[in-house]
Amino acid sequence: MNKIKCECGHINPEGTVLCEACGKPIEGNQHIDGNDKKLLLNMRYEGSARRSQTYRKSFVDKVWSFFSSVKVGVWLIVLALVASMIGTLFPQQQFIPPNAESRDPAVYYEAQFGMVGKIYYQLGFHEMYSSWWYLILLGLIGVSLVICSLDRFVPLYKALKIQKPRRHETFLNRQRFFSETEEVSKADIGQVKEKLRKQRYKVTEQNGHILAEKGRFSRWGPYVNHIGLIIILLAAILRSTPIMFTDEYVWVRDGETTVIPGTKGDYYVENKQFILDTHDPEDERFKDALEISGAVASNFQTDVVIYKATNNDVPGAKPELEPILTESIQMNKPAKFNGYTLYQSGYQPNEFSSMTFKIHETDDEDATAIDSFTINLFEPESEYILDNGFRAVIDQYYPDYYLDDDGIPASETNYPRNPAFVLAVYPPETSLPEVSFIGIGRNIDATGENEYKVAIQDFETHFVSGMTLRVDRTLIFFGLGAAIFMIGVIQGMYWQHRRVWIHPKNNGLLLAAHTNKNWFGLARDIEKAIEKTNIKMVEARQELDK
Amino acid sequence: MDLVNLSGNLLYAAFILYLIATLFFGATIRDKRSTKSKKGISGNIAITITILGFLAQLGYFITRWMASGHAPLGNMFEFVTFLGMAMVLGFIIIYFMYRIGFLGLFALPLAMIIIAYASMFPTQLAPLVPTLNTSWLYIHVSTVAVGQGILFISFVAGLMYLIKKIDQKKRTKKNIGLELILYMIFLFVGFIVSTTTFSIMDYDATFEYQDGTQIIETEYRLPAIAAPNNGVLLTENVMEPWFEAPGWMQGADAGRKFNTVIWSVITGTILYGLTVLILRKRVGAALQPLLRGVKAELLDEIMYRAVTIGFPIFTLGGLIFASIWAQIAWGRFWGWDPKEVWALITWFFYAAFLHLRLSRGWHGEKSGWLAVIGFGIILFNLIVVNLVIAGLHSYA
Amino acid sequence: MSLEQKKQKKRNKKRNRLIYRTAVLLVLLGAIIFAIVTNLQADNTVYRVGDQAPDFQLPQINKNNESETIQLSDLRGKGVMLNFWATWCKPCEREMPYMQELYPVYKERGIEIVAVSLDSTELVVDRFIDKYDLTFPTPHDKSGEVRDLYKVGPIPSTFFISPEGEIVEYVSGELSLERLEGYLRDILPQK
Repeated sequence: MNKIKCECGHINPEGTVLCEACGKPIEGNQHIDGNDKKLLLNMRYEGSARRSQTYRKSFVDKVWSFFSSVKVGVWLIVLALVASMIGTLFPQQQFIPPNAESRDPAVYYEAQFGMVGKIYYQLGFHEMYSSWWYLILLGLIGVSLVICSLDRFVPLYKALKIQKPRRHETFLNRQRFFSETEEVSKADIGQVKEKLRKQRYKVTEQNGHILAEKGRFSRWGPYVNHIGLIIILLAAILRSTPIMFTDEYVWVRDGETTVIPGTKGDYYVENKQFILDTHDPEDERFKDALEISGAVASNFQTDVVIYKATNNDVPGAKPELEPILTESIQMNKPAKFNGYTLYQSGYQPNEFSSMTFKIHETDDEDATAIDSFTINLFEPESEYILDNGFRAVIDQYYPDYYLDDDGIPASETNYPRNPAFVLAVYPPETSLPEVSFIGIGRNIDATGENEYKVAIQDFETHFVSGMTLRVDRTLIFFGLGAAIFMIGVIQGMYWQHRRVWIHPKNNGLLLAAHTNKNWFGLARDIEKAIEKTNIKMVEARQELDK
Repeated sequence: MDLVNLSGNLLYAAFILYLIATLFFGATIRDKRSTKSKKGISGNIAITITILGFLAQLGYFITRWMASGHAPLGNMFEFVTFLGMAMVLGFIIIYFMYRIGFLGLFALPLAMIIIAYASMFPTQLAPLVPTLNTSWLYIHVSTVAVGQGILFISFVAGLMYLIKKIDQKKRTKKNIGLELILYMIFLFVGFIVSTTTFSIMDYDATFEYQDGTQIIETEYRLPAIAAPNNGVLLTENVMEPWFEAPGWMQGADAGRKFNTVIWSVITGTILYGLTVLILRKRVGAALQPLLRGVKAELLDEIMYRAVTIGFPIFTLGGLIFASIWAQIAWGRFWGWDPKEVWALITWFFYAAFLHLRLSRGWHGEKSGWLAVIGFGIILFNLIVVNLVIAGLHSYA
Repeated sequence: MSLEQKKQKKRNKKRNRLIYRTAVLLVLLGAIIFAIVTNLQADNTVYRVGDQAPDFQLPQINKNNESETIQLSDLRGKGVMLNFWATWCKPCEREMPYMQELYPVYKERGIEIVAVSLDSTELVVDRFIDKYDLTFPTPHDKSGEVRDLYKVGPIPSTFFISPEGEIVEYVSGELSLERLEGYLRDILPQK
């Protein structure tokens, strides 16, 4: 490793492009920033020595310098971008529409999108964002962020700290803003200094050489925002552990109390009532739109009571519940308790809660009720003894009736969405039952000889509210990362690092200036500073890439 | 309903004012021989009219808010109109930074196309669904729109840079690419022209088709070239469809949307063809002389500056505020919903843009292409993702 | 500073750099691997083979069985087949006869079959038990608490628990008679 001594006396580390102190281009290193083919100097990182571009010896060094390349970083970003795009080409597995003929991904993609869909599924693109290689891609971006920042921040910081007001002539005349004035009075120089100070430049002087600088802190913006991003990525890793993140779903029907999954049986929720409000179709303001769209919901709300189980030693044992929170959960207004958050997430209408049946004589055309009874669909009794001496026995109960593949009545789910019964009715003082099958829109007499008929007289329905329980202890880290990121980008993008150099030469001076963005602002600053002096305005030279 | 009418009229007024302002901005370029002060005068008039137009549009926004009781950001019409307004705002901001009139000559017409495009969607006042009924709607949506409006200026400057710099002497890949971008603008106009024409004629044809397990009826406002997949035409005495939309097209009303795209392409292509016939050269070549007096470095600077201003605002609105709201509404701040993914893609893209520019030295033309593509991604997210890829954000 | 010292310093610097870079890379690599592993393991089963089966207590509703409540810890010393089922689940229904067929034999040999019903209505369970003449205890998990405790996803789900209370085998899905018998043998108490 050879340190390079510049003619100004400063010793630069190997790989330096522009002397850290005076800015003189260092011979033999100009290819690094492509200065050898151009008039203007490339000012990125102040021409400091980025470690990674110098030593490539061991394997570790090679890996290091690979990730230290911005080119590699950009490639990783582009790959992530393309992968993300592909992931939206067809719906991801969790977004397969509920009304699809088959929601099984193995069937859905091929059925819906043909050959391309099948390939999409086989390549695993239907779970793109949780695939290992997508995660690796994001991880590599993280690695690149860390190493690029480490590798650039340190030398840049040093270079800006070491920089001297006295700059080499070559450094000045190879800046984008440059002018040379033959004759300048001392007073003029003094005035320029004063005016630059007034514009909040920090002016330093060394043997008549002047450096005016402002907004240096904007140079740290990129590193600050990268720290923010790294925190976000770390938070994402934390989030994949169950301690930091829980996600559960619970269905609770009106009036029901149930354990909240994911709380280890500590908490119960009672759904007092689910409320679905719709916008008034007569509302003058929205009449036209509602006529076209039909009813539009205005509120989903579950009035809940949250309980804490006090004797939770043995799960399943009847808990003693102590109410801790009464709340109306709405969209955008979740309930919070002890680090848990419960969100309104869905509902199911029209689940049956009870059914009332009447018994009438089969040949009575008016179907006048002789007797009636009500079955609670959640706790049906096996036998109902009625006032007029009738006895009704529930032979079978199908909460969600359907005919299975063998044509046998069965229940599709646990929930009374389509209740049906096989009822045995014992008329007074008989021991021979009359059997009938009865459900919504079904009423079948088993033998065809029944003297009495059972019919549905009335029913009650209720809502089932779907609620999501979340614990996310990583939010604070995401918030912190996002805040730091925003500070970083604002710092880096809404401020600019502007520098003006004045280099006395014979009776005149060289004037040069540099900024990392907003050259027009810099030009205005200089114009103001040299107003009414005979110092020449800097000439803007730029080499735009073709 | 006075407020609603007033609001509509204010929007018209804004549109007309933008049109007039464009003409004045045109004058700042045309008068090349005129003195500097004269140029300044027409520039001043133009920006004053632009600001008046912006205020009129702000008036539209406020009166509509008063009429409906919620900020008009709830559906496609309202959002896209607001985006148009944000674009004008972006232009005004950049104008006062750089004082360049010719930017208005390109920015305002494009913003007007966006506003006209917005009015192709249903414009009635509509109530908000519970999910949207929160102040985060205003915070999130308006910040996103402002960020996108400023990034739009980067697109305009990039496009102008390309028009100015790309050699039009003989046909090259580059000027064909540029022509393609200009052609896409024509497609937008084609969409507006065809939709407006048939809506004046009050065209209506109803189809019935099966979507998954449901039977759905859909109304075509444009003559059906493509019917819905397995669709049956119910209306009599209207044009029979020529063919059916392919089955892989997803989402609500895919067939009708596909049909609209076909009409936009046909109309846009005819308009483009006529323009080329009249000009007798590529549109890019015809625009090039307009930009003769404009400094390329200035365009490059504006293009970059607009990204540096717009990118943080977009990040704040499109990713951070969006996540906070998603956390409050659904309990997850990120759910890989297509719209979210496309916001991330946009963010990735501009991040790449900045890195390429800062570290790889992609200035000028390369930067110009990127600025144009970047805004293309934003429009893709707005139009294709909202209307084609079903997700949480599809309003219309 | 002598030449030797200089060389020494240079070597040190190089070594430090190598250590520093290796450390940073290893930390980053570790983070990525951790992220991927935790992400791929997101199958939610908290209790895996080898874990102690968590205790629970539920009312028993099979009228053919004399127990009133079932507490898992009371069955320590016996092998336990813990089955989660429901009447509306067809594969559950298909394996029930096998369980009933093997139950009397293996009960003698120190195994208990505990079939936790996830139905919400007792009556439905009663009718089902009558249909298949089941005699093993069927605790009723009406609130779904035990289901949540065991993180049971699709049913049937069966845990085979050793006399020491350790989960020996976990089966998601339907069991054939042969497989069922094989698993039961695995949890026989040592004589």
